[in-house]
Amino acid sequence: MLQIDRWKRILIIGLCIIGIGFAVPNLFYQRVESHNDALAEIERTGVETPELAAARDGWPDWLPSSVVALGLDLRGGAHLLGEVRVADVHKARMDALWPELRRALADERATLGAIRRLPSPEGTLKIEVEKADAIARAAEIVRGFSNPVTTLTGAGQQSLAIQAQGNTLTIQLSDAEKVATDDRTVQQSVEIIRRRVDEVGTREPTIVRQGADRILIQVPGIGSAEQLKALIGTTAKLTFNSVVATGTNPDARPGVGQVILPSAEQEGLYYTLEESPVVTGEELTDAVPSTDQNGMPSVDFRFNPTGARKFGAYTSANIGQPFAIVLDNEVISAPVIRQAITAGSGQISGSMDFDGANRLAVLLRAGALPAQLDFLEERTIGPELGQDSIDAGRLSSVIATAAVVAYMIASYGLFGAFASISVIANVILILSIMSVMGATLTLPGIAGIVLTVGTAVDANVIIYERIREELRAGKRVAKAISDGFDEAMSAIIDANVTSFIAAAVMFFLGSGPVKGFAVTLTIGLVTSVFTAIYLTRLMIIWWLEWRKPKELIL
Amino acid sequence: MAFRLKLVPDNTSIDFFRWQWLTFGISALAMAVSVLLIATMGLNFGIDFKGGTTIRTESTTAFEVGDYREALDDLGFSDLAITEVFDPSFGQDRHVAMIRIGTTEETGSVTPEQLNEIEAALHEVDPQITFASVESVGPKVSAELIQTAFYAVGAACLGIMAYIWLRFEWQFAIGCVVALIHDVLLTVGLFSLFQLKFDLTTIAALLTTLGFSCNDTVVVFDRLRENLMKYKTRPLIDLMNLTCNETLSRTIMTAVTTAIALTAMLIFGGDVIRDFVIAMLFGVIVGCYSTIYVAKNIVLWLGVKRDWSKKDPKLAASPFENAERP
Repeated sequence: MLQIDRWKRILIIGLCIIGIGFAVPNLFYQRVESHNDALAEIERTGVETPELAAARDGWPDWLPSSVVALGLDLRGGAHLLGEVRVADVHKARMDALWPELRRALADERATLGAIRRLPSPEGTLKIEVEKADAIARAAEIVRGFSNPVTTLTGAGQQSLAIQAQGNTLTIQLSDAEKVATDDRTVQQSVEIIRRRVDEVGTREPTIVRQGADRILIQVPGIGSAEQLKALIGTTAKLTFNSVVATGTNPDARPGVGQVILPSAEQEGLYYTLEESPVVTGEELTDAVPSTDQNGMPSVDFRFNPTGARKFGAYTSANIGQPFAIVLDNEVISAPVIRQAITAGSGQISGSMDFDGANRLAVLLRAGALPAQLDFLEERTIGPELGQDSIDAGRLSSVIATAAVVAYMIASYGLFGAFASISVIANVILILSIMSVMGATLTLPGIAGIVLTVGTAVDANVIIYERIREELRAGKRVAKAISDGFDEAMSAIIDANVTSFIAAAVMFFLGSGPVKGFAVTLTIGLVTSVFTAIYLTRLMIIWWLEWRKPKELIL
Repeated sequence: MAFRLKLVPDNTSIDFFRWQWLTFGISALAMAVSVLLIATMGLNFGIDFKGGTTIRTESTTAFEVGDYREALDDLGFSDLAITEVFDPSFGQDRHVAMIRIGTTEETGSVTPEQLNEIEAALHEVDPQITFASVESVGPKVSAELIQTAFYAVGAACLGIMAYIWLRFEWQFAIGCVVALIHDVLLTVGLFSLFQLKFDLTTIAALLTTLGFSCNDTVVVFDRLRENLMKYKTRPLIDLMNLTCNETLSRTIMTAVTTAIALTAMLIFGGDVIRDFVIAMLFGVIVGCYSTIYVAKNIVLWLGVKRDWSKKDPKLAASPFENAERP
């Protein structure tokens, strides 16, 4: 019917006005953005400098201040897709289990006999027990270290998979535990990468998990993917180990529970270390860049109480001995302990420049990655290229809209003008919804908007063609219009649902720019149905009420 | 009388099926040629699908592709392609090149050190050079991306088919999907013929084309269904012609507005997105054609259930039987 209730009219117009309101900040993109940045900066630091205050006052507080987030292809920046080496954690878990197991098994030496670890693939632990008939008892002891794993598929799974064969026990993480561990590892990695990127303070980084073991990192405004990799590509695993020996042969056979690691300072120098660390980086509370007594760059750190206690006990027991500071399997330095360090703080120096010290401090503060990352995909887009794309996108949107408007008016006259107003309202609504949702606009997304300009008139075209037919069939103006709208409805809905299916598939399977395109397209579908049906209809009804036409040439 | 631009006169009665064997033959031939092209010439896969590294360079001074190649030849990349990019918006002092390096056997993609070497070597040739974008994709991801792309196109086709089956009849669903396959094949064939860059955004363009082509088909089917109920005894072929003529004006109108918008993007949208727009524009045109000449032909051959009051599925037989019934 051609009647629209008053409250519905108010709702339609109200939605359009709100839409315009939320789209307006995008016209003043830079000003609004520096306003938002300044606000965030003032809140973060609590200091209000004149520049920040000026930037903040550049855009009034009471106006909407969300703008469309620009994708990397428009703003420039770096994109990385990393894969977490989850198997690293399996290995670390098994390696950490061994000393505990050894102690427990050694307690029952009387029944088990001598025990030793056999070489085995990474992530598994092979233990030989001297007395083969006591293997069941050994397995039972090991089982004591296993915990039940709670999974979605049900409880009852154990964390360790133990196999006894002859006189050897093969221990590894059970499948359920592996899944749970991997999940934790990736989540932890995401968390730590976020902390590291946040420390550097770039705007709106995207750090999300993708699939089982991948992490997508997008940082706008950063110079290159290499820079980003330097920040997140290192695990920054810091340990303090006791030194057994030094030498020049990297292939020497270390004793059980010992490792040979290269020196970062001196080429050709290798340290033999106890593998289990005295203290680890996890027990640090703070790290800041500073200089040592020679004025060389260094990093000051502070332990938490447990770390401080362990470190204090170790240093007082080993005065005169060297200990090694190990970062990512390289010995950064191996100072000799002159006195017991009980204050819980210390300094790392040697083989770094000021930038390096700065970065190391950031990495230590943010914590170590639980496993290393392999990079599968790297993209750097320069800011100039992004700006060119924005300019080209803006120009072509304006031209496309103008051309479509001209064509619609030439084809349908006044009704064409109504449809054109709807199309423009549609673009404004797309922008405002994207701003409010915080959706990202990409270059294909701009193409999506331009495409929407072309297709959004489709609903109106279907309606108008229908009205033409009804008029030709000799119906009165109001009746023809009313019937035209009603009859066209099912075609419009069906047509949009099929487009929506395609957009949904793109959203779920696509990534980056393609996803941005899908989002824009989907929003465009919804808004175009709204503007084409409700807004156009409202305008036509107003016109009918005002002119009360006896005939209509469409 | 007010002026109205009408590309299609008010009451057309074009016999769309007069040449149905010819048009359908052309479609079939075009599909076969596309398959042949894809099989023989292959596709110019972007790094999304092939793995490798692309570098976009910009310079204020003109350059020779040969000079760049010479500078990079010494670095020993086996699979190296350099192309100059032209765009009307570039002007006199903007010269853009795309350098593409394939994955190497040992390392996968280009290492950061190699990247530095490349940049240094090009700097020597042209001090003005800047690197607007550097992208590299490892072989592991690119293999997966291809797979995902296939799934995406397949899933979209199935989803659309299911929806049309629910809303209409299965004959319509098949007609629509055959038309979709036709559109996808022809668009991919075009990419093969002109060796346009085929990457993830091309898949997005294909999916959009699917949505659009289907949108068109659905509007026509919707009208056909209405006519089927209105004229219970007219032969299906007549009803299809009637429907086509009734919706022709709308089909042309929408195709033109979409084409106008996309052409603006094609000309002014810059070179980065050009292939994407070409795929969509071509898809829109092909989609329009396939609605009339592919989707409906299929429905015509399969026939549709005409008498909605009876439940006997046998009545869904050929249109000629229906025509003879009183």
